[in-house]
Amino acid sequence: MTWGARDVVVRFGSRIALGGVSLEAPAGQVTAVVGGDGAGKTTLLRCLAGVVSIERGEVRRPGATRTGYLAATSGTYPDLTVGENLDFAAAAYGVPAGVAHERGAEYLERTGLASVRNRLVGNLSGGMRQKLGVIRALLHHPDLLVLDEPTTGIDPVSRVDLWWLIARAAAEGAAVVLATTYLDEAERATSVLALDDGRALAEGSVDEIIESMPGALRVRATPPADDEMRARAWRRGSGWRVWYPGSDPAAPSGDERLEPDLQDAVTVIALNREIHSARTPESPS
Amino acid sequence: MWAMVVKEFRQLRRDRRTLALMIVLPVLLLVVFGYAASFEVATIRTQVVGPRAEQVAGALRHPFEVDEVEPGATRADAVTDLRDGRVPAAVVADGSGITVLLDGSELFTTMAARQAIAGLQAGGAGPPGIDVDVLFNEDLDTSVVMVPGLAGLILLFIGTVITSLGVVRERQAGTLEQLAVMPLRPRDVFLGKIAPYFLVAAVDLAVVLGVGVALFDVPFRGSVLVLALGSLLYLFVALGLGVLISSVSQNQGQAIQLAMMALLPQVLLSGLIFPVASMGAGVRWISYLLPLTYFTRISRGVMIRGAGLGALWPSFAYLAVLGVVVVTLATLRFRRDLAPAPMRQTQRRPRLAGATSEAGDGR
Repeated sequence: MTWGARDVVVRFGSRIALGGVSLEAPAGQVTAVVGGDGAGKTTLLRCLAGVVSIERGEVRRPGATRTGYLAATSGTYPDLTVGENLDFAAAAYGVPAGVAHERGAEYLERTGLASVRNRLVGNLSGGMRQKLGVIRALLHHPDLLVLDEPTTGIDPVSRVDLWWLIARAAAEGAAVVLATTYLDEAERATSVLALDDGRALAEGSVDEIIESMPGALRVRATPPADDEMRARAWRRGSGWRVWYPGSDPAAPSGDERLEPDLQDAVTVIALNREIHSARTPESPS
Repeated sequence: MWAMVVKEFRQLRRDRRTLALMIVLPVLLLVVFGYAASFEVATIRTQVVGPRAEQVAGALRHPFEVDEVEPGATRADAVTDLRDGRVPAAVVADGSGITVLLDGSELFTTMAARQAIAGLQAGGAGPPGIDVDVLFNEDLDTSVVMVPGLAGLILLFIGTVITSLGVVRERQAGTLEQLAVMPLRPRDVFLGKIAPYFLVAAVDLAVVLGVGVALFDVPFRGSVLVLALGSLLYLFVALGLGVLISSVSQNQGQAIQLAMMALLPQVLLSGLIFPVASMGAGVRWISYLLPLTYFTRISRGVMIRGAGLGALWPSFAYLAVLGVVVVTLATLRFRRDLAPAPMRQTQRRPRLAGATSEAGDGR
C-alpha cells in the first residue's frame, strides 16, 4: 500500500505553506523530506498525520489507529516514567499489554533505554527523549510512521540507535516518512523529497536527484574573486564549491571537478531556481 | 530599569486578557458585589396554617409576606414545608396560640424575622403571646450554616484550579498534538482528564464534611446518599469547568486568571454568605448560573434540615443541566483543539482522501 500526498495545498491565513506538493510513501520504505527552515517539511508531515487539513489535493493515509506520529517535540510526558509513557501509548492504540511490554522491552534494550525504564522522562537527555518518542510512535506497528526531525540535535550514537528503529519499522512493513535537515542522513532513505518555500525542489531516489543536478560542480581552496562566480559558490568543509551552469565548463586553474553528493545536488538545484527566479521575477501564487 | 519597564509594557500590551482583567474586572466586580453584598432581608415568605390561619394571615405585616394560607394544615405540615425549604417561616395559629416557626438554616432571614416579631411585641401592635420556635439550627450557629457550603467552596477552588491546568500543560508540553493523532475521542480525553481528580476530590469532600461535622457540631440529619449524589453532580460540574477553562487557555497563567474569574463570583453570589433573595435583581440571575448556589442548597438542606431528594430535586436538576452544558462545551472545544489545524480558523471540512479509514477509528 502506498500512502502519501498529491498536489497538496495548505494555506495558513494568507500564507501558502504548501503549494501543490506530492509525496509517495510506499510500504516498507523510508522516504525523507528535506529542506531548510520554513520549507514546509513539518506542514507536509502534519498533513500526513492528519493534524493539518488541506485546502486542495489529496492525502492518502491510514486511520488514526494505523498511523504513528512523532511531532517536532518528542510528545512524551515528562512527569511519567519511560515505561508509563509506553503504557499510555499502547493503551491508547489498543495494543495488548503483554505485546506492548515485549515490544517495548526489545526497543528499549536495543536503543540503550532499558536501564532508564523507570526514570521520569523529564530527567532524560534530549537524545533519550527523542528515542523514546520514536519508540512510542511505532509501538503499535503502524502502517504509516511519520517522524518530524527525529534526529535533530541528537548525538551521533543516538542517531545510530534512531536509525535502527526507523529501519526496523520499515523492515516490518511500515511506510516511514521522516523530515530531516541533515542531507547526509537523507541519503539513507529510499527516496527523498526536497522542499523549498512550500514547493518541491527535487524528488526521487538519491541517485536520481544527483543525476538531475544541472551543470557541473568544482571545488577550490579559496573563494572566487569574480562576483558573478562568487554568486554560484559556497563554502563546504575546508574548501569552496563552485557551480557551473553550463554542461561543459571551462576549467579555471586551481579548480577540481567534483562528483556531487545529495547535499551538493540539492544546493545546486536550489541555487539554480534562485538564479532563474531572480531573472524572471514572478509573484508566488 | 527603563529597559525593563518598556519590555514589560510591550508584553502587557500583547497580553490582552491580563490587561482586560486589570482594567475591566475591578469595576465589574465592585458593581456586581456592591449589589449582591446585602444581609438585609426585605421580605420573608411565610406560610400560615391552623384553624385561625385566615385571621392571622390578614394581620401579618411587613416584612412577613404571606405565601400560603392553609387552615386545614397542622404544625407538622408546616415543619415539613420548612424542612423541604419551601418557605423560611411558618405561622401556626391553632387553639394553643400563635407559634412562628423559623428555618434556622436561613440565618439572616430568621434573625430578621425574630427582630420583626420583637418589634411588633414591643410596640404592642401584634397579638400577645407569640411563640418563636427556631428549627434545625436552634442557636443560630453561624458555623452550622457555613460549613456545608464552605466545603463546596473549598472543593471548587481546589478542583477547578487544578483541572484548569490539565489541558494547558499538554498544550505547552507539545503533547496535545500527540493526543490529536491518537485514536481518542474528544469525550474520552475530557472524561479521562477529570476521572482521577474526580476520585480524589470526592474523597476530599467527604473528609472536609466529616471534619466539619466533628469539629463544628454541624448536624447531619438527612440521607448520606442524597448528599453523595448531589456532591458527585457538583464535583463533575466543578472539575468539568476547570477542564473547559483549560481548553480555552493558551498557557497556565491564562488558565489561573480565568479560573479566578469563574471562582470569585461564587464566593459572594452563591448564597453562601449573602442570601440570594437579598441580592439586587440585576445580579441575582448570576447566582442561578453558579454551581455552588445549588450545592449550598443541597448540602444545607440535607445536613441541617434533613431534606430529601423529593424537596431538593430542582437543585439536582440544575446541577445536571450545568454538567451537560459544561461537558458539551468542553467536548466541542476539544474537538476543535484535536481537529486538523486550519479547521480551527475556518471550520472547513478537511478533504482527506477516501483511502483513509478514519470511520473505523470512531474519530
